[in-house]
Amino acid sequence: MSFRLEPREHASVGLKLTVSLAAGIVALLLVAIPVLSAGGSPIEAYGLMVQGAFGSMFALSETLNRATPLILTGLACAVAFRAKLWNIGAEGQLYIGALAAVCVGSGLLQLPPALMIPTVMIAGFLAGGLMMVIPTIIKQRFGADEVVITLLLNFVVILFIQMLVEGVLKDPLSMGWPQSVPLIAEAKLPKLLPRLRMHWGLIVGVVAALILWLMVRKTVLGFEIRAVGENKAAARFAGIPVDATMLKVALISGGLAGLAGVGEVAGVKGYLSADLSPGFGYSGIVVAMLAGLSPIGTVISAVFVAAVFVGADSMSRATGISSYIADLVVALSLLCVLVGSFFLRFRVKFERRQVGA
Amino acid sequence: MTDTPVLLSLTNITKRFGPLIANNAISLDLHRGEILALLGENGAGKTTLMNILFGHYVQDEGDVLVLGDGGLAALPPGSPGAALKAGIGMVHQHFTLAENLSGLANIRLGTEPLLSFGREGDARAKVKRIIAESGLDVDLDRRVADLTVGEKQRIEILKALYRDAKVLILDEPTAVLTPQEAEGLFVVLRRLAANGLGVIFISHKLGEVLAVSHRILVLRGGTKAGELVTADADRRAIADLMVGKAVAEVVRIPALPGETLLEFDGVSLHAGGRQALSGVSLKLRAGEIVGLAGVSGNGQSGIAALISGLAVPTSGTMRLYGEAVAKASPRDFVMAGVARMPEDRQHDGVVGTMSVADNIAIEDVRSPAFSKMGLLDRKAMRERASAAIAGYDVRCPGPDAEARLLSGGNVQKLILARVLEREPRVILANQPTRGLDVGAQAEVHRRILAARDRGAAVLVISEDLDELFALADRFVVVHAGELSDAGPSEGLDRGTIGLMMAGQARPPVGIAS
Repeated sequence: MSFRLEPREHASVGLKLTVSLAAGIVALLLVAIPVLSAGGSPIEAYGLMVQGAFGSMFALSETLNRATPLILTGLACAVAFRAKLWNIGAEGQLYIGALAAVCVGSGLLQLPPALMIPTVMIAGFLAGGLMMVIPTIIKQRFGADEVVITLLLNFVVILFIQMLVEGVLKDPLSMGWPQSVPLIAEAKLPKLLPRLRMHWGLIVGVVAALILWLMVRKTVLGFEIRAVGENKAAARFAGIPVDATMLKVALISGGLAGLAGVGEVAGVKGYLSADLSPGFGYSGIVVAMLAGLSPIGTVISAVFVAAVFVGADSMSRATGISSYIADLVVALSLLCVLVGSFFLRFRVKFERRQVGA
Repeated sequence: MTDTPVLLSLTNITKRFGPLIANNAISLDLHRGEILALLGENGAGKTTLMNILFGHYVQDEGDVLVLGDGGLAALPPGSPGAALKAGIGMVHQHFTLAENLSGLANIRLGTEPLLSFGREGDARAKVKRIIAESGLDVDLDRRVADLTVGEKQRIEILKALYRDAKVLILDEPTAVLTPQEAEGLFVVLRRLAANGLGVIFISHKLGEVLAVSHRILVLRGGTKAGELVTADADRRAIADLMVGKAVAEVVRIPALPGETLLEFDGVSLHAGGRQALSGVSLKLRAGEIVGLAGVSGNGQSGIAALISGLAVPTSGTMRLYGEAVAKASPRDFVMAGVARMPEDRQHDGVVGTMSVADNIAIEDVRSPAFSKMGLLDRKAMRERASAAIAGYDVRCPGPDAEARLLSGGNVQKLILARVLEREPRVILANQPTRGLDVGAQAEVHRRILAARDRGAAVLVISEDLDELFALADRFVVVHAGELSDAGPSEGLDRGTIGLMMAGQARPPVGIAS
């Protein structure tokens, strides 16, 4: 029996889903090896992980709480990558969005929640968007690489936040902790259910995904983003304003990452600190890639990644297997999805014919 | 020629891509010492058939039989390795050479184990012998990157012969050659055939097929339309076989030039750090076709960029409908009724991963015809695409098919449908029929002439003088960024134009430089 590869002209949605699912399963099988070598039982470990991520209302709430910023940073990366704008700066944009929320929402404005919350979100969106628009302008004017600019800006932003929370923004009531003044109650995102941490940011993320999905398929802007992303020369020739379209993408991308920061400040912590995000911005890249840059897929992959991390924490408490296993699962899933994308481009045909007969 | 043994035999090869039947029960025999031409329009299934033969694709039905030690034997499908081993050599339209290696290294590449020392001498001797026998003279020690296109092609042929090919397949070998180089290739092919090689020559150019082949197999729409001996063949009959209907002669009526629609007045253009155009003056008048001749790279792309709205003059004035153009904006030009056909239609003309419908609507997507309040009207886009597919004979599975799946000729028809349906007043046709077959060429010419008769001002930029003579009412020649005065095409002969293209003769009236 031999096999051969043929280029595929079109990959169906069903096939894409199958490949993603298979990639996840293969990744879990691969991670079983280190679990075994650590002396644990993979079945028990995975069972505990699933239980830890989805086994109770509390677990589910923790998972979705963790997924909320990942959905938004994942969307930020997905929309930018589609236009071939390589935004690696979601982490920094998240912090700037959070900063804007604190600036607007910690007493500067006093509005009822129905006005206050949208104001805080718009401020965070615009601030995050600006953080991406500026590198894009620099790229267009001077040809500077946006990967480098956005990546390095992450460090600039986090150090800047550190300076602020130890300086002008420092909460005098924080007993010395480097954290900002808290948001006023009107600016805080309501919880979805009492006594659980998940908040309205989750709804914002899901709605954002739906809007993006509709935008790509149904709107002129989505059409233009696709054209610019897939063939810039042809788009320019056809009269699509390439630079303006890129700036719109930059604003949306940075804005979504900024919203993730708003969600963390206004939905979870209530104040800004330099450890607000454990790398949600970088994980957003993985989330977007796992989803094949599809907006709806991003929601699913964000929940998956969040579940792995939350589940691994709980599993590690019960078994003594390190929770670093979560990083391993996510990294291997990404590798498996990248390998899987090969099967979306090629068809493997098996045949029983004898070679040379 | 058919008395020699059969080297290769294809029996009832069928290949489907989804609903499209690319090859429908095609059979052919190739004899030793024979040059068989595979002739057909773009999309007729020539390349698919050869890709099956060479194992790149797997046929759904049928067999590839090759003469071996024990007579004709079927090749395992889908195995280029087996095809190579059986003595099939293929020279692709796009070369597969390692540019940073020498010619000799490229020829040896893949034929020897990774660690082999001291065999270069043997290899060189063998290649030298092949060169002596075939006349494929080329410097084996130069880096491939430094060779001309014609020389690279020779290396490709040598590569196949070095592997003891019994059958040599050439896919559109003359597309990249100058007429002289093509003539040289034909001499080599005849010699190789005389030495016993079987050659399959894929082409859509009638003239060269008649010049070089012994037998002709005509494909049309994936089926065998006819098979004939070249010596008895009639040019007209073959053309009809290819397109399946009589090719209508393009008739033209004399031009009735009207007002000037687009004018270059002393235009200079700096692009890419050099002077692309200097002091160019030109008028495009309604109802008239101006043909722009010139050796590639003498300023054509500058003129095209200006009329496409991709650039504005560095100095001088470009006037569209009497008003000076101040801003480079492809969109403004589209809106003003300028139809633009890009030179590199695959790269600049279409977004390959978007659908045919998307690509037809792409210039107009913001207009009320295709969108309302920023929302796309998919239904209108699809209807327009269906009409265009029918009206311009774009061969594709449907409006939702991705544009990258279309052949070059069909991409050009798609672009024609996109730009001509708007009833443009000014048309830029940049290399409008490059790479197109006879039928498609006549169709494009007919459409351009019809647009002229409707009152459009047309500039045709072409490297094909035949095309310019067929279309142009007036001729201009560009050389080193300068333009000759536009003279009427009546009374012009090729010799004069050739000299002007080489910069050796000035037009009757000098121009300001």
